[in-house]
Amino acid sequence: MNSRNYIKIELPSRSVNEGIARAAVACFAAQLDPTLEELGDIKTAVSEAVTNAIVHAYPDSIGKICIRARILSGGELEISVRDWGKGMDDVEKARTPLFTTGGPERSGMGFTIMESFMDKLRVRSKPGKGTTVVMRRTLEKRRED
Amino acid sequence: MEIRAKENGGRLTLYFSGELDHHAAKEVMRRAEELLDRYMPLDCMLDLSGLSFMDSSGVAVILRLYKRLLNTGGRIWLENPQEQPLRVLDISGIERLVKITTTAKEQGR
Repeated sequence: MNSRNYIKIELPSRSVNEGIARAAVACFAAQLDPTLEELGDIKTAVSEAVTNAIVHAYPDSIGKICIRARILSGGELEISVRDWGKGMDDVEKARTPLFTTGGPERSGMGFTIMESFMDKLRVRSKPGKGTTVVMRRTLEKRRED
Repeated sequence: MEIRAKENGGRLTLYFSGELDHHAAKEVMRRAEELLDRYMPLDCMLDLSGLSFMDSSGVAVILRLYKRLLNTGGRIWLENPQEQPLRVLDISGIERLVKITTTAKEQGR
């Protein structure tokens, strides 16, 4: 049974780790036998969350990012991305499509993509304390075991 | 992430391959702008068939190239994105500004 399986990864907020983070979570999700599209969606959502932490939580320094993934009952995958950086005072504003403070490399689409590609998205943030993004996605069952 | 360029009669084709994320975006932008400066194309086609992954940073890159081409009266469009980049492009709504085409030999749109 894999119903209580989880991983926890800690990374410094270096942009090279964006690819490592999404590959690691995709690798963990593979045990749920996802379709290629589901796997692509998960990788994209992780990439957006980790990039947000790198760009916004630690704009002028390197800080710690913690990524957890776990499998819940019913084939649901939960992913959380946590940082201890700047935080935000207005989460709703940050979630607005095209709103960005991230400069020319960002499009303001990060949260919109996370919302579209995952079933649930919860964001908790406190200025000066950090931000936690929790996302869930149920993977379609493709075979009877 | 890699970019190759091919110029033919005022049309520049840029072949993107690999993974385009925030980590790659700055260098991709620098390299693409350098190629636009060198060839000064009227039209620019981004061939995405070799691009295996793209997130919203890729959308930002494409938007910036679009604005650049617009300033010089040129056009830009995308060709043959794979499944994952296409889903990101669809959600971004970029197709209102930048056309996405799929050539006949490619499957999967």
